[in-house]
Amino acid sequence: MYPTIVLLPLVGFLVAGLFGRSIGVKASEYVTTGFLLVSMILSWIAFFSFGGETVRVSLLHWIQSGGVDLDWSLRIDRLTLVMLVVVTTVSALVHVYSIGYMHHDPHRPRFFAYLSFFTFSMLMLVTANNLVQMFFGWEGVGLASYLLIGFWYTRPSACAAAMKAFIVNRVGDFGFTLGIFGIFVLFGSVNFDTIFAGAAGMAAELGHAGEGATTAETVFTFAGTSFTAAGALTVICLLLFMGAMGKSAQIGLHTWLPDAMEGPTPVSALIHAATMVTAGVFMLARMSPLFELSPTALGFVTFIGGTTAIFAATVGLVQNDIKRVIAYSTCSQLGYMFVALGVGSYGAAIFHLFTHAFFKALLFLGAGAVIHAVSDEQDMRKMGGLRKHIPITYWMMIVGTLALTGFPLTSGYYSKDAIIESAFVSHNAFAMYGFVMTVVAALLTSFYSWRLIFMTFHGKPRASAEVMHHVHESPMVMLVPLGVLALGAIFAGLVFTGRFIGSGYEAFWNAALYTGPENEVLHEMHGIPFLIGILPFLMMLIGFAVAWFFYIRSPSTPRSLAERYPGLYRFLLNKWYFDELYDRVFVRPAKRLGRFLWKTGDGTVIDGLGPDGVSARVVDIAGRVIRLQSGYIYHYAFAMLIGVVLLVTWMTVAGAN
Amino acid sequence: MQPDFLATSLHIVAPELIMALGTMVLLMIGVFMGEKSAQTVTGLAVALLIITGLWLTLVAPDGAAFGGSIVLEPFARFMKVLVLIGSAVALVMSVGFTERERFDRFEFPVLVLLSTLGMMLMVSSGDLLTLYMGLELQSLAIYVLCSINRDSVRSTEAGVKYFVLGALSSGMLLYGASLIYGFTGQIDFKAISLVLTGEPGLGLIIGMVFLLAGLAFKISAVPFHMWTPDVYEGAPTPVTAFLAAAPKIAAMTLLLRFTIQAFGPLHDEWRQVIIFISLASMIFGSFAAIGQHNIKRLMAYSSIGHMGFALVGLSAGSVAGVRGVILYMTIYMAMTLGTFAVILSMRRRDGMVEEINDLAGLSKTNPVMALFLTFLMFSLAGVPPLAGFFAKYFVFMAAVEAGYYTLAVIGVLASAVGLYYYLRVVKVMWFDEPAGEFVPAAMELRVVVGAAALFIFPVYLLVGGPISAAAEAAARTLF
Repeated sequence: MYPTIVLLPLVGFLVAGLFGRSIGVKASEYVTTGFLLVSMILSWIAFFSFGGETVRVSLLHWIQSGGVDLDWSLRIDRLTLVMLVVVTTVSALVHVYSIGYMHHDPHRPRFFAYLSFFTFSMLMLVTANNLVQMFFGWEGVGLASYLLIGFWYTRPSACAAAMKAFIVNRVGDFGFTLGIFGIFVLFGSVNFDTIFAGAAGMAAELGHAGEGATTAETVFTFAGTSFTAAGALTVICLLLFMGAMGKSAQIGLHTWLPDAMEGPTPVSALIHAATMVTAGVFMLARMSPLFELSPTALGFVTFIGGTTAIFAATVGLVQNDIKRVIAYSTCSQLGYMFVALGVGSYGAAIFHLFTHAFFKALLFLGAGAVIHAVSDEQDMRKMGGLRKHIPITYWMMIVGTLALTGFPLTSGYYSKDAIIESAFVSHNAFAMYGFVMTVVAALLTSFYSWRLIFMTFHGKPRASAEVMHHVHESPMVMLVPLGVLALGAIFAGLVFTGRFIGSGYEAFWNAALYTGPENEVLHEMHGIPFLIGILPFLMMLIGFAVAWFFYIRSPSTPRSLAERYPGLYRFLLNKWYFDELYDRVFVRPAKRLGRFLWKTGDGTVIDGLGPDGVSARVVDIAGRVIRLQSGYIYHYAFAMLIGVVLLVTWMTVAGAN
Repeated sequence: MQPDFLATSLHIVAPELIMALGTMVLLMIGVFMGEKSAQTVTGLAVALLIITGLWLTLVAPDGAAFGGSIVLEPFARFMKVLVLIGSAVALVMSVGFTERERFDRFEFPVLVLLSTLGMMLMVSSGDLLTLYMGLELQSLAIYVLCSINRDSVRSTEAGVKYFVLGALSSGMLLYGASLIYGFTGQIDFKAISLVLTGEPGLGLIIGMVFLLAGLAFKISAVPFHMWTPDVYEGAPTPVTAFLAAAPKIAAMTLLLRFTIQAFGPLHDEWRQVIIFISLASMIFGSFAAIGQHNIKRLMAYSSIGHMGFALVGLSAGSVAGVRGVILYMTIYMAMTLGTFAVILSMRRRDGMVEEINDLAGLSKTNPVMALFLTFLMFSLAGVPPLAGFFAKYFVFMAAVEAGYYTLAVIGVLASAVGLYYYLRVVKVMWFDEPAGEFVPAAMELRVVVGAAALFIFPVYLLVGGPISAAAEAAARTLF
C-alpha cells in the first residue's frame, strides 16, 4: 500500500508528461487527478489503520560507497502518515480544482504533469528513511516549485520569480547539505535509525557529564573552529535549520515566497501554502532527537520563528494584492510553527501544519475563485461588494478566515492557541519573545484577514461595470474542493486535538516525535492562567473590530493614517526593504562579477586567447601562406631550390654532429 | 641472355607488356578511326586496365626480372592494383565529360594508359634506372594530359608549369641518383643497401636528399608542392582527377621502396628529411586550404596535407608504419576519386562550375549527392568511424610506437585545423540557401560517388580487416 501511495503520482506525472500531447488534455487531467484521489484514499486508510510501530519498506538498494550505504526505502510512522494525509488530500483537491481553474489554458497536460511530479517529490520527502533520500525529495519539490512558478513562462515576471525562488532556496540548501555532511561525520551514517540511536547515546553521555563539563574532546571542525560533541550538534542543527529557513520562507530567506504568487493560484495553494513550505517544519520535527540536544539551536529557531511571525504579519497589513496578503499570512503562520518547534512543542507544530494546510489552501483556492470571478484581477482596491455575486465563495472565505484567526472551535483555534500556550510555559531562552510575538501577530493576523474580507466582499464595487457584469460563481468542480477544505478547516481541530497534543499524545505519536526528559511543555500547557488562555481570542476580537472600523465604518481612516505616518507605511509597503537590501548587497555585486567574468574573463581573455584568437591567427597564417602562391613559375622553382638547399644544409650540419 | 632467363623475366613483366602492346593497338585504332573514336578507345582502355589487373593478380609470378631491374612481390602487386583501379576509375569518370565539354580526344585514354604503364614500372622498379624510366614515362604523359585542352589558356599554362618544374625536379633526381651511384658504385636498390655500412659520406647524403626532393615533387610534398594548386585548377577536371589519385600512389610507392629498400641502413638520416617534409606538408596543407574558394584548389591543398599525414607513417620506418602508408594511400584514393566524381557532377545548364559556393543548398536540390559528399568530407577530415579516420589512426599509431610523439601531436593538431575547411564545404551544402540546381549527374559519376562513399562507410568497417592484412603482408616484403 505505501509504495502505491508514493508511486501513483509518479505514474500520473509520466503519463501526462510524456504522452500528454497524444492522449489529449482531458485524459491527462483525469489520469493524474484519478491517481491522486486513489492515493488520497489509501493515505487515509493507512492513517487510520496504522498500528503504531514504525514500518520500513525497502524498495531498492541505491548507493554503496565506502561508509555510505543507502537504500530507497519508505519510513512510515505517525509523522509520515500525517504528512501523507495532508499532502495527498490537498494535492488531490487542488488537482480537481485546477480542472476548473485552468480551463482556458492550452498547456494543461504540462500543468498536471508538474502537479503530479510535485506530489511525488513531496511524498518522497516525507517518506524518506535517510537524509539523502529526503534531500532528493527536497530538491524535487524545489524543481517542481520552480517549474510551476514559471508555468506561464512568457511572462518575464513569472520567470524572474521562478529564478528567485530557485536561487534563494539554493542558499538554504547549501546549509542543509552541509548539515547532512556534518551528520555523516558525526554519526557515520545518514540513515535515520542510526542517527537517532547515535543521538540517544550522545544524550546519555551529555546528561552524565553535564553540559560542557568533561566532553571537551574535539569531534568536528567547521569553518576553522573546533567543536566538542555538544557544539557540533548545535552547528549541525543550525545548518539543517538554514535549509528549513529557505524552504519554509523564514525571515532572511523569505523573499521568494511572495514573488512565487506569480504562479497559477492552485499552485500557490498546494505548494506555497499547504505542503512544500512546511517541509522545513517537517524536517525539524523529523530531526527532533537532534534538536532536543541543542538548547542553543532551539532558542535560535524560536527567535527566527517569532520574528518571522511578526514581520510577515506587519507586511501583510498593507498589501493590496489579494494573493500577497495570503502569502505573507503563510509566512507568518510558518513562523508560528517554528516557534512551536523551538520551544519543544513538536506536536503543536505538526498540528498547526495539519490545520493550516486546510484553511490556508481553502483561502488560496477561495482567492483563486475570486480572481476567476473578476476577470483575473488581483488588486483588492479594484474589488469590493462581491458578497452578493459570489455567495458560496464568500462563505468559504469566511470559514477560512475564522480558522486562520483562531475563532473558537475552528481548527486554527486549537492549534494556534496550543502554540501560544506552549511558548508561554517553555523554559527556552527565547520562549517569552516567541510568546509576545505570536500574541501580537495574532492581533495583526485578525486585522489583515478581515481587511481582506471587507475589501473584497463588502462595501461598494470598485471594479468597472464591465467586470462587475461578468462576475460569476465558480463551477462545481472548483466549489467542491472548497467545500471539502472548509469541512477540514472547521473540524480538523476539534476531531484531532486530543491525539496531536492532548491526552492521546503518547499513543498517537508513539515516539515518532522525540522529546527530552526535561521537556514538560505539553503537561505544563494545561495549567496556564485563564487570562493567558483567552488572550489569543481577545487579540482576534480586537483585530476584527479595528478592521471593521477601518474598512466598513470609516473607510477614510486607513488613508489618513498612512498619510500621518508615511515612513512607517512605506516601510511596511516595501516589505521592510528586504528586496532592495538584497538587491544592493547580493544581486547587483553578483551581476557585476558575472558581467566582469563574462565580458573580460570569458570574452576578452578566454575567447580572445582561445577560440577567437586561435581562429584569427589561423586565418592570418592562411592569408600569408596563400600569398606565397604567386603563380610565377620562377617563384615556384625558387621555392624548390630553397627547399633542397635547406635540407642539404640541415643534413650537413646534423651529419657533422 | 639465357633463353629461360628471358622467359622468366618476360613472365614477370607480362602485365607491363600487355599494357604497352594494348596501348599501341589503341593508339592505332584512334589514329585510323579519327576523332570519333574517343568513346570506343576509352571503353577499350578500361577493358585493357581490367585485363592487366586480372593478369597481374591471377597469372603473373613473383620474382625479379632482368637482373633485378624490375621486381614483382606482394608489395608491388598491391600498389599496382591500386594504380590500375585509380586509372580505370579516372577514365570511367571522364566519359560524360568528354561528351559534353567537347573533350572527345582519343589521345586522352591513350595518354592515361601510357602514364599508367610508367607508374607500373615505377612501382616495380628495382634499380635507379627503372626508377627514372618509369617516372619520366609517367610524367611526360601527364604533362601532355594537363595541356590537352589546347584552346584553354589555363590548361596550357598548367601543362607548361608542370613540365618546367617537373623537368627541374627530374634534374634534381638524376643528380641525386648519379651521386648515389658515384659513392656506392651500385644502381640496384638491394645492392646499395648492402654497401651502406658504417658512417655515410656527405656526398651520399646530398645525393639522397636530391633524390628524395625529386620524389617529393611527385607526391607534391612541401616545399616541392608549388605546382599542385595551379595544375589542379588549370588542368581539365578529368585530368585532375587522374592526377590526384594514381600518380600519387606510384610516387609514394617509389618513395617507400627507395627509403626502405635501398636506404634502409640510413634510416636515421632519411627520416629527418621525411619528417621535415611531412611536418611542412601537414601544416601548410591545412592552413593554405582555408583561404580557398575553388574546390579543385581546395583538393590540391587537401592532397598536400594528406601526403604529409601519410609520410608520418613512413618516418616511423617500421612495418607498421609502411602498412599505415599503404592503407592511407588506399583510402586516400577512394576519397579523392569520390570527391572528384562530385566535382565532375557540378554542372549547370550553362557549363561546369567549380566554386565551393556553387554547392550551396545541395542538400535540398540533391540530398543523396550531398549526403555522399558529406561522408567524403568527414572522411577526408578524419572523423570516426569513417575510413579516413582509420587511415590517420594507423599512421599516427605507427609514429607513436616508434617514439615520434611530437610528430603525431602536430599531425593531430594540423588535422584539427584541416577539419575547418572540410566542414565549411559541409556547411555550405546543408545550411546555405540553394544557389541553383545542377543538371542530373551522369550514371557513371553517380556510381563512382556512391561506391566511394559507401566504401569509406560502412563497407570499410567490414573489409578493413582483410585489406589491413594484405597491406601488412605487402609491407613485410619490403623489409
